Amino acid sequence: MTAAFYVSAAIAVLSTVMAITRADAVHALLYLVVSLLAAASIFYVLGAPFAAVLEVIIYAGAIMVLFVFVVMMLNLGQAATIQERSWIKPRMWIGPAALTAVLMAEVAYVLWASRKGNFAGANVIEAEQVGIAFFGPYLLAVELASMLLLAGLVAACHLGRGDERK
Amino acid sequence: MAGIPLSHGLLVAVVLFALGLVGVLARRNLVFMLMSIEIMLNAAGLAFIAGGARWAQPDGQIMFILVLTLAAAEVSVGLALILALYHRLETLDADAADKLKG
Repeated sequence: MTAAFYVSAAIAVLSTVMAITRADAVHALLYLVVSLLAAASIFYVLGAPFAAVLEVIIYAGAIMVLFVFVVMMLNLGQAATIQERSWIKPRMWIGPAALTAVLMAEVAYVLWASRKGNFAGANVIEAEQVGIAFFGPYLLAVELASMLLLAGLVAACHLGRGDERK
Repeated sequence: MAGIPLSHGLLVAVVLFALGLVGVLARRNLVFMLMSIEIMLNAAGLAFIAGGARWAQPDGQIMFILVLTLAAAEVSVGLALILALYHRLETLDADAADKLKG
């Protein structure tokens, strides 16, 4: 199981690097799906099978399909890929990558200081325990999440209706 | 089963978050920026799962599900905004949308 974690982590990082550097939106989305599936297997190794299933169904399934639908509706084609390729210059990546690498190194240093004696994933937490906690102490959070989803639904419906003044 | 060192799990989350941040900062296309935000949200969820697994409590998974809800709402509104902007401006360049009026 330990080896599965490191293999999945390597796949997740590599496919995310590929996803953020592609010029074609569909290629980037497919790499992102691979990255999310690798993250799902990391969840499984860490003893969270319910979260792994939700990652596959909702993240890699529903949200990515939404992205693919929007890319299809935009109907970008070859010209957009060529324009995107002209936007991706190596010079543009230096500044953000350097600054983010410094921030990442700081967090990695903090993690290095606390590396002893902390092991995750020795116990599996089943969906039953998650559900009991969800509808016990976290009931208010469920209600708030439903309000958030309703707000998102109304906003997407309103924005997607189009401009009727024209 | 001995499990994974917590710092390794959190390190993966930090690397994924940093990659998403680089994507938001460096890309100009709105669709790619939204995808990078998704990468960052997923990395935050991974950190929650790792923390919940360390103390063997279901709270980490609960926070992950709430992050998932947030990501779903965010991506639907964001994609609707991108479609509206594309119909209005005929481009996905983030710099073209700097004038919000009209």
